[in-house]
Amino acid sequence: MFSFQPDRSQYPQPGPDGKLEIDLETGKYLKLWHGPNHPGITGNMSVELTVCGDEVVDGKTHVGYLHRGFEKLMERRTFIQVFPIVCRVCVPEPDFNEYCYAAAVEELAGIEVPELANWIRTLILEMGRFNSYMMAMGGISGALGLGVVGQWLTYVRDLMLDRFEELTGARVYHMFILPGGVRGHLPEGFEARMEEVLQIAEKYLADSENLMFHSSVFKTRTQGVGVIDPALFERYGVTGPNARAGGVAKDVRKDSPYLVYDHLDFTVHTETKSDIYARTLVRYKDLHESIRLIRQIFEKMPKSGPVMSKLPNVLHWKIPRGETYIKGESSRGEFGYYLVTDGSGYPRRINVRGPSYTHAMALLEHLIPGTNISDVAALMVSLHTYPPEIER
Amino acid sequence: MMREILYRLKDRYHFGTPTFQRDDLCFVTVKRDELRAILTELRDVEGFTHLTLLTAVDWLEERLFQLTYLINNREANLTLGLRVMLEREDEPGATTGDTIHDLWPTAATYQRELNEMFGINFPGSPRVDEEFILEGWTDLPPYRRDFDSLAYSQQTYNDLPGRKTHDPRDHMKKALYPNYLKEAE
Repeated sequence: MFSFQPDRSQYPQPGPDGKLEIDLETGKYLKLWHGPNHPGITGNMSVELTVCGDEVVDGKTHVGYLHRGFEKLMERRTFIQVFPIVCRVCVPEPDFNEYCYAAAVEELAGIEVPELANWIRTLILEMGRFNSYMMAMGGISGALGLGVVGQWLTYVRDLMLDRFEELTGARVYHMFILPGGVRGHLPEGFEARMEEVLQIAEKYLADSENLMFHSSVFKTRTQGVGVIDPALFERYGVTGPNARAGGVAKDVRKDSPYLVYDHLDFTVHTETKSDIYARTLVRYKDLHESIRLIRQIFEKMPKSGPVMSKLPNVLHWKIPRGETYIKGESSRGEFGYYLVTDGSGYPRRINVRGPSYTHAMALLEHLIPGTNISDVAALMVSLHTYPPEIER
Repeated sequence: MMREILYRLKDRYHFGTPTFQRDDLCFVTVKRDELRAILTELRDVEGFTHLTLLTAVDWLEERLFQLTYLINNREANLTLGLRVMLEREDEPGATTGDTIHDLWPTAATYQRELNEMFGINFPGSPRVDEEFILEGWTDLPPYRRDFDSLAYSQQTYNDLPGRKTHDPRDHMKKALYPNYLKEAE
């Protein structure tokens, strides 16, 4: 086994408090910008690294490259005008925004959603989760040099986008879930075409599993690397697969079932090592659960019924003063919308709680010191962060 | 269960009238000087160990900022929203809140964002004065209600030379119903 111990005798010594005094003038440190354009960065953000040799001693996350002021935009629009905006907060899994916003408005306005609409919403959320995990698996493989897995899984994601297009008319931003229900029924023969996609996905996932989880390169680069101490989970607001990889069996779908998740049978997968390998493995297993869930939904859902309830005149729709918080389990963890209304026809405040907000800021900055430069990309991608959730 | 928790605390702290939004979600207003003690007790004794979010609501007409601390008990699946009302000062940074980054390190990010977007400062919070999203911003904090985003963009950005602007309503009428409009004339 190849082993290399670098000579670190010339490296600066930490002070009595254990901290390094970083002075760029000494020539022992270097600033390195990791992103915003970098294959190992998820989306438009960057990490300002301070390195000493090949070791990272400090890291600061910088966001703001795609800020469009969503939350402010929403305050200037009527309740129905907001619904086409919310999905833009997240590209790979936009439907979660649509669901959380719609559910928050429905709760404050006292609107009942038809049962079939809830089943279709659940189906869409699982299709979105499937897509998001495909991107995450492809991303982590790409960050570690296994680009072919990314190409395979992007192809599979594209097939699922075909199904999205067939169902909603759009590939990326679907705008299908709106307050009161969903925009339409499933097309005829949709289940059979979905089954074809799922079978292709399973084939490519089996190949990807061989290339990733049984590969010594992948194991060496990910096992024991980027470990998050479970003691940090609560302090840093870690949720979703990042927490489940450290043994926390928490999933909003199971703990506070919403939509029709209480009618569905699925397993919350956990691992114990809390490293990059464990996080990727949890996502891989969750992806298979999503495939199972999609099949179950088709099996159990009602075959007919209304999908939209009657809304008031949306041009003059006022919602009484109130506030609520709606959450769900997205592919990255707990995702929620905090909505405040003031009795007018416009929301007073909408705040998006994305899991990346905590994972990619405070947590990432805490984890980076002490890592090797070459591991930063894998560490960051393994947290599965989407910057738009940070700068809504 | 939420009622029992508030009942246990009500003798020692001053709560406003709670709003039981759902069985698992409740909002209640607390006094600013009691916030830290309440949060600490809820975290350490009552199991509300997860800070879900920290955000602000601008009640411009009432001259108040509302800080909402949403905390969650993951074992019991309960979410409690603590509201703290602050006097709304017009000068950015003049309204201050109390930092809780020592209770939850992740709160520092929220506080930094609130300082930038609402002008609510949190003295003592790490890197609270560093730019978060905006660069070189000199205008009003943009998430305040009195910041006019339309006026700002009209003053800051110019249309490309030669660009025509249409009123959307008239333009669509002409595009969709040209014959109808001609007949009406």
